[in-house]
Amino acid sequence: MAKNDDVKVLGAWPSPFVMRARIALNLKSIDYEFLEETIGSKSQLLLQSNPVHKKVPVLIHGDKPICESLIIVQYIDEVWTSAPSILPSDPYDRAIQRFWAAYVDDKLFASMRQIKSLEGEEKKAMVEQATEGIVLLEEAFEKCSKGKPFFGGDRIGYLDIAFGSILGWLRATEKMGEVKLLDEAKTPRLVKWAGRFCADGAVKDCMPETDKLIELAKVLMAKMKGAPPKQ
Amino acid sequence: MGEELKLHGAWISPFVYRVIWALKLKGVPYEYIEEDLSNKSPLLLKYNPVHKKVPALVHAGKPICESMIIVEYIEETWPQYPLLPIDPYERAMARFWVKFAEEKGDAVWALFRTSGEEQEKAMKGTLEMLKTIEEHSPDAKKFFGGDKIGIVDIAFGAIGYWLGVVEELLGVALFEAHAFPRLHAWLKNFTEAPKIKENLPGRDELVVFVRSWRAERLLASQN
Repeated sequence: MAKNDDVKVLGAWPSPFVMRARIALNLKSIDYEFLEETIGSKSQLLLQSNPVHKKVPVLIHGDKPICESLIIVQYIDEVWTSAPSILPSDPYDRAIQRFWAAYVDDKLFASMRQIKSLEGEEKKAMVEQATEGIVLLEEAFEKCSKGKPFFGGDRIGYLDIAFGSILGWLRATEKMGEVKLLDEAKTPRLVKWAGRFCADGAVKDCMPETDKLIELAKVLMAKMKGAPPKQ
Repeated sequence: MGEELKLHGAWISPFVYRVIWALKLKGVPYEYIEEDLSNKSPLLLKYNPVHKKVPALVHAGKPICESMIIVEYIEETWPQYPLLPIDPYERAMARFWVKFAEEKGDAVWALFRTSGEEQEKAMKGTLEMLKTIEEHSPDAKKFFGGDKIGIVDIAFGAIGYWLGVVEELLGVALFEAHAFPRLHAWLKNFTEAPKIKENLPGRDELVVFVRSWRAERLLASQN
């Protein structure tokens, strides 16, 4: 392959953001090299490729680094224009998917992450916040999918990738927190959608196992508790 | 496109101005509806039920929310005066800095509504943000968009202008020319560009408004 066609993803297996880049590449049938970062340290390549945030994922195409998961997904869609399209073609539909993808990141994932370290009333409130958000996404799913299997229609699209990538951590949170977030009773369509998403060919090899995520979360939480107090 | 275009906004909002700038640069006519943020209209709540905020752009009855998502919508609907480059990598870079502005800009907005320790933290965040942009953003020719204003200018422009307001309000100098020469030169170019200059809220009026708004909040929190 010519150097210009080299595609690398700097990532880490537990990260939903990294998953997004991989799913997008898989959808487009693009071969790539996955460079796994060691959890707890950052490689020189990562620091050079993402000096501003020093975070994964980074897509390295040829010699050009692209950062920020959803920006990477859009980049992939714009460079490799063969089907399937990841973003819809209509500007209004695109705006709606961007809106809900931002909601997933700014509101839903943020509240979900806190649940496992909360207790009592605080936990209850955060769980309620998260489930309300998922109910909103159920309504969005109805509107976006128009009766088809995914937010993107017949195939996985931008919002499927944005939301679906957090399912691993959602399930881990449900187990660890002993709560139900994705509820058959409240959000039946999304429960079915989640099953379809996780089983999709572009997804299943990069979706982390729930039990492995739980193991990791416990290790990280123990580390944080064991760390000496900051002065 | 003869379809109805309405913008629900508030004259004090930097987010609303991002949308105004995009529409003005592209010469797209629209109807502006001023919202009283202390008494939001039922229409606004209908158009933005999730966040209940301005701006909300309504095109042929269909609402779009979140300032930079609205700007991308405008860009994709009205192609004249392009705000994004054509090359996918350049586009990704532009979107990167827009996202950066959205995330780190929060520190500036926090300056308006906080005091004491929280405000100190916001000042730190603001300085870090400015430092990163000054060091890492690509060389601005006249603008981040090149010879013409682009989407990154619009994203940062709101932060830059409103930062001036909060500096005056608090009597602090955060955005100093000697510390941030590139950014200072850029902000001057931006705020003096004709379509922008004609579409900026008065700085004095903003200072007066924010001063009384902060005083009200302080009173409310003490009761």
